[in-house]
Amino acid sequence: MTTGLGCDGDSISTTAATLPSIEDVVMGAIPGLPKVHLHNPVLAYEVGDDFMKFWHAAAEGRLEPFVLVLEGSVPNEKIKKEGYWAAMGTDPDTGQPITTNEWIDRLAPKATAVIASGTCATYGGIHAMEGNPTGAMGLADYLGWNWRSKAGLPIVNVPGCPVQPDNMMETLLYLLYQVAGLAPLIPLDNELRPTWLFGKTVHEGCDRGSYYEQADFAHEYGSPKCLVKVGCWGPVVNCNVTKRGWMDGIGGCPNVGGICIGCTMPGFPDKFMPFMDEPPGATFSSSVIGPYGRLIRMLRAITNRAVNKEPRWRHPRPDLTTGYKPKYYAHQRG
Amino acid sequence: MPEVLTTTKRGTSAPGGNIVEMNWDPITRIVGSLGIFTKINFDTKKVVECYSTSSIFRGYSIFMLNKDPRDAHFITSRICGICGDNHATCSCYAQQMAYDVKPPPLAEMIVNLGEAAEYMFDHNIFQDNLVGVDFCEMMVKETNPGVWERAQKTEAPHAKDHGYRTIADIMRALNPFEGEFYRETLQVSRYTREMFCLMEGRHVHPSTLYPGGVGTVPSIQVFTDFLVRLTKYAEFMKRCLPLHDDLFDFFYQALPGYERVGERRILLGCWGSFQDPYKCDYKYETMNDWGKAMYVTPGVIVDGKLVTNNLVDINVNIRILLGSSYYEDWAENGNGEVFVTHDPLGNPIDRRHPWNQTTIPKPQKRDFAGNYSWVMCPRWLDNRTGDHLALDTGGGPIARLWSTALSGLVDIGYVKAPGDGSVRIRLPKTATKPEVEFTWRIPKWSNALERDRARTYFQAYAAACAYYFVEKAMAEVHAGRTQTFTPFKVPKEAIGCGFHEAVRGVLSHHLVIRNHKIANYHPYPPTPWNATPRDIYGTPGPYEDAVQNTPIFEENGPDKFKGIDIMRAVRSFDPCLPCGVHMYLGNGKVLKKMHTPTGLAGLSK
Repeated sequence: MTTGLGCDGDSISTTAATLPSIEDVVMGAIPGLPKVHLHNPVLAYEVGDDFMKFWHAAAEGRLEPFVLVLEGSVPNEKIKKEGYWAAMGTDPDTGQPITTNEWIDRLAPKATAVIASGTCATYGGIHAMEGNPTGAMGLADYLGWNWRSKAGLPIVNVPGCPVQPDNMMETLLYLLYQVAGLAPLIPLDNELRPTWLFGKTVHEGCDRGSYYEQADFAHEYGSPKCLVKVGCWGPVVNCNVTKRGWMDGIGGCPNVGGICIGCTMPGFPDKFMPFMDEPPGATFSSSVIGPYGRLIRMLRAITNRAVNKEPRWRHPRPDLTTGYKPKYYAHQRG
Repeated sequence: MPEVLTTTKRGTSAPGGNIVEMNWDPITRIVGSLGIFTKINFDTKKVVECYSTSSIFRGYSIFMLNKDPRDAHFITSRICGICGDNHATCSCYAQQMAYDVKPPPLAEMIVNLGEAAEYMFDHNIFQDNLVGVDFCEMMVKETNPGVWERAQKTEAPHAKDHGYRTIADIMRALNPFEGEFYRETLQVSRYTREMFCLMEGRHVHPSTLYPGGVGTVPSIQVFTDFLVRLTKYAEFMKRCLPLHDDLFDFFYQALPGYERVGERRILLGCWGSFQDPYKCDYKYETMNDWGKAMYVTPGVIVDGKLVTNNLVDINVNIRILLGSSYYEDWAENGNGEVFVTHDPLGNPIDRRHPWNQTTIPKPQKRDFAGNYSWVMCPRWLDNRTGDHLALDTGGGPIARLWSTALSGLVDIGYVKAPGDGSVRIRLPKTATKPEVEFTWRIPKWSNALERDRARTYFQAYAAACAYYFVEKAMAEVHAGRTQTFTPFKVPKEAIGCGFHEAVRGVLSHHLVIRNHKIANYHPYPPTPWNATPRDIYGTPGPYEDAVQNTPIFEENGPDKFKGIDIMRAVRSFDPCLPCGVHMYLGNGKVLKKMHTPTGLAGLSK
């Protein structure tokens, strides 16, 4: 369901996945998976009522089993007298739109598993920013953090703004394996994220991290060095984008020159704004590492110069100076 | 024009006939949520009336207030999940004007390359994975068996270019997931996004864009990696473009009169794309000059004639009307503040201009006789007539090509607008195909098929431009000019505006800074233009009147009706509705109700 307060970016992102791709799953290319039917408004063949019939069937318990994937934050429809913030389809009885929240209420109790895809659905994200008019929140804020599906599964959160394509499809694949009885309960952390994807920080996977170690910082955005002093939050953000890249290892964030703005985090965006200012913690840690980093950098430069020179015995002269003493052939000096 | 569709006539009865209420909610295979409510006369085979309403409100212009203006591009990217980078780019343009900073040429080329990749990706996935399904075997068999019969017997004129012998073979290749061309384009949509990521870090919310430049490391590797993928895309386009020409030409032959599907008056807007870094300094005072130097020329086109290609004129005459949307007016009742009375050139700025807009949401029941949409009504004031024109973008490409062709200013070798009503697109030799020149000519109609056709041509246009940008970027690197960022300071008070082409058409961002904070920010993406409800003058939005004019060619009667001609009309605009739209057609005498007709209850008096 893509009708939370979102941008459809998570569905679009998921079409970029290759490990596995949507068509790998839909067409049954992966062994062991049950036959999967995808009902996503961005890709569906059906339109209007023909499309909605699957949703009504699921709500009435006539579509079993199913996994509900939500994209977009959940608005608070209780803060106003009438109207709607987000909706999908029209209620045949009232002629009014059916709110997204109503759909969650109808579908969540019937779903085998529920996935929140992207930071809006997981924690509220951009649309839940301070000063927002809709009272937006994440799915777990709405259903409750201890919510369990009828099969006993907690909500599975795959944050990211948007979700990293392969993170989403890999998680979906895991859950499908689990539903098919081929995998144990999905390992999640306290924020309901798959541990193998979000257990490490951006900085721990960043190929610019060694600049930090050497206290060699970028002071403007065009630099290839560590970006913490110009706004990168990588050292404290749970995300694997620097390891995984964005698509098949290409792109990413600080590894390719984009400051980490913490877009996978429950505190996003407010706790990271203004994005382009140095994070408060970085001021302290980058000055502490200064003396050590500069010393290490200097020593490494010396060693680097040394290892940039070839050993002395590689030469065209008529004498062998490698240390080997040939018995028969070499000219001897003098 | 839709004379039966003015608000004053709402609720009256149309002449009798087999009129049936129908709705499709949501419309799938677009971005965002859109519903269509229609009344169709099955005797005359015509759509009777159409309204459009949005189903989501998020409130960007509200929660951006008092934030640091440098956060604007990060935040506004999240408006859209398929072209967020267009927003980020446009926001950087607006910020650069406000901060009076000009990025180094290399940074501009990197942004141009990223945006070109976005066009290549986005049009590609939409055309063949979303719109294409409306033309696939499954769909055509279901809606027009006669057309399918004919397709099997019709040889594809460009078979030797694309490899499909008959039109039916093309349609089969477009079947979702099963079709070969469908799967190929999904794959193409991936390597084009890799091209995008090489330049802007991540798709769809870029990581490496900043006001003042980019963080992308301008290595030889990054441009080589881009170029190699670009050549694959060019090779693909040499098959893809003739394939679509064959498909769309076939519909004109097979269904005489099909040019009227989705047709509306020619009212097109294009705000220009791809900055020329050697001309653009982001100063408002020189915007007319650097706007005309863009590699896609801005323009307002009325009845096929160019009214202006001056970005200052375009800017000054934008108006935001309320009409049938869920907001309170800011220009009356002392609700809103006037932030900008005159632009930097001394032109007066209207209270209903985006610089002076205040967003006051007022959620309420959907009432088709009253307010029914979260979308406001952007209009362009034609000073010659005093009309508030409901310009459309035709999904982007048709307006861009039309505007570029009429101005005749672009000439970069790979792309040329000679001023004769055409645009020439040259794709160099690729692995198995020789150099090819494609010519797009101004069509007779602004209709569904021509919007779709222009999309394919613009894919080639973007690829051809990308060849030019790669050459320019490499030349900068070879010359040792590898700076990609210019430092700046946020002024205490400033205004700025950015003009760009989102994939689906016109995009503007208007920014007011006070006390180093955002005092006002209003983005206007293409979909509010295309999806507007009726405005205070009763003028319907572009989807509304395009659908209302659509004749029905589908062979199914009301019982199995798919509404395929309406779907083709709507999807030709490439609706992108995280800003949300529903459409509604009413005003006829209801003889029979189907689907969820109570949606129209408000009108049946």
